[in-house]
Amino acid sequence: MRESRPGSARLLVVDDNKVNRLLLSRSIELQGHRVAMAENGRVALEMLRRESFDLMLLDIEMPEMDGFQVLEQLVSDLRLRDLPVIVTSSLEGIENIVRCIELGAEDYLAKPVNPVLLKARIGACLEKKWLRDQQKELLGRFATSAVAQDLQATGFSLVGRWVEGSILFSDIRGFTSLVESESPEEVIELLNTYYALMFEAIGGRGGVVNQMVGDGLMSIFGAPLPLADHCESAVRAALEMIEMVELFNHERIAAKKPAIRIGIGIASGKMVAGYTGTHERATYTCVGDTVNLAARLESLTKEVGRSILVDRATRDGVGNRIVMESIGPVAIKGKAAAVEVFAVGAVKA
Amino acid sequence: MAATTIDAATFMALQEATGREFAGELVGTFLEEAPLMLRELGAALAAHDAEKFRRSAHSLKSNSLTFGALRLGAMARELELGGFDRAAGAGDPLAALAAEYVRVATALEELRDA
Repeated sequence: MRESRPGSARLLVVDDNKVNRLLLSRSIELQGHRVAMAENGRVALEMLRRESFDLMLLDIEMPEMDGFQVLEQLVSDLRLRDLPVIVTSSLEGIENIVRCIELGAEDYLAKPVNPVLLKARIGACLEKKWLRDQQKELLGRFATSAVAQDLQATGFSLVGRWVEGSILFSDIRGFTSLVESESPEEVIELLNTYYALMFEAIGGRGGVVNQMVGDGLMSIFGAPLPLADHCESAVRAALEMIEMVELFNHERIAAKKPAIRIGIGIASGKMVAGYTGTHERATYTCVGDTVNLAARLESLTKEVGRSILVDRATRDGVGNRIVMESIGPVAIKGKAAAVEVFAVGAVKA
Repeated sequence: MAATTIDAATFMALQEATGREFAGELVGTFLEEAPLMLRELGAALAAHDAEKFRRSAHSLKSNSLTFGALRLGAMARELELGGFDRAAGAGDPLAALAAEYVRVATALEELRDA
């Protein structure tokens, strides 16, 4: 994530009139930004699709393709629809301004453009874009792109709700001693490779990595978007995670490094899901008994020497599609009655 | 007659905001482009192309105001806002516009080289 606010941005000035084009570009350059120019809408779209811009200043009346048409094209282009646009025009008639705003333009500046006003509007636009980019990055961290897009379309809601889903906890066994035996560079490299593999297994099954703490991951199946077969998806993701760790271990052993082992706990049921935090800094999460149970099952894997442990709700949800073995009722911290626990996959030391 | 042809405050603000040298170059660009716009206006009128006429008038208006050529801008604006029919009916509707442009060009050159 970028730590600082945007300093210098890259802007595209679109105007068929050379005097206007040069004048706007000059004003923007004097503000410390970089500028490219296009003389009509068609050229502008070509440039937008080829290069990356932070903001566009768009004239309306232009030959070949006018500003309205450009705005229409932007709305229907997933990659470009978030590009902020300030319309600069001396077009007569309030209905034209309204039309620009309705087509998604951020702002409207009448020509001749006042440089002080221009500076303020550009600043505000870039600030907004920066916040939006931050939000996107935040979403991207715990959601697949499909989920991130859905959330952006529906907007942030801080309201909690009950959801039906599966929670998967995983961590690397004996990670602390691993950290001590390897160099800091190696540890971070290991974690990054490990995360990349785990994210792929989880995301590939429709899960969402919600939290990363050290070597531990918490993933949600069934929220923020409902997932019909969340139990099976979670268990299949777990099996793939184990498989990927095995492949990863082949490389590590070849490089004369110790193999790693992971433990996974899965529990399913109702839970409260929502954004916690403030409007400035919100994180999506799930809380409740199901979440606690999944965490306990994950730590139980160390004691019973199995890689994947699930609760009864998960097993019932999967049915006989994946072979599981009961390891009997187990006393779990925080639970009055013993909990029936099932192991998935082969017995492993 | 520079004072009435070009609004001095507007032109000075332009020089201040963009730099004297740049403003001078921009005047040069305008003096290259404006005759083309005037020619386009005449051609559009002859071809009875109201849309092209309006668009050329629009561009001329926009640039005139940038340099403080308020009268030229106002004339162009009148042509832009449905002036086509009126202009098409008149004898030589663009003569006054062309004459005003000559005054603007002279005044801008004077200001630039001052």
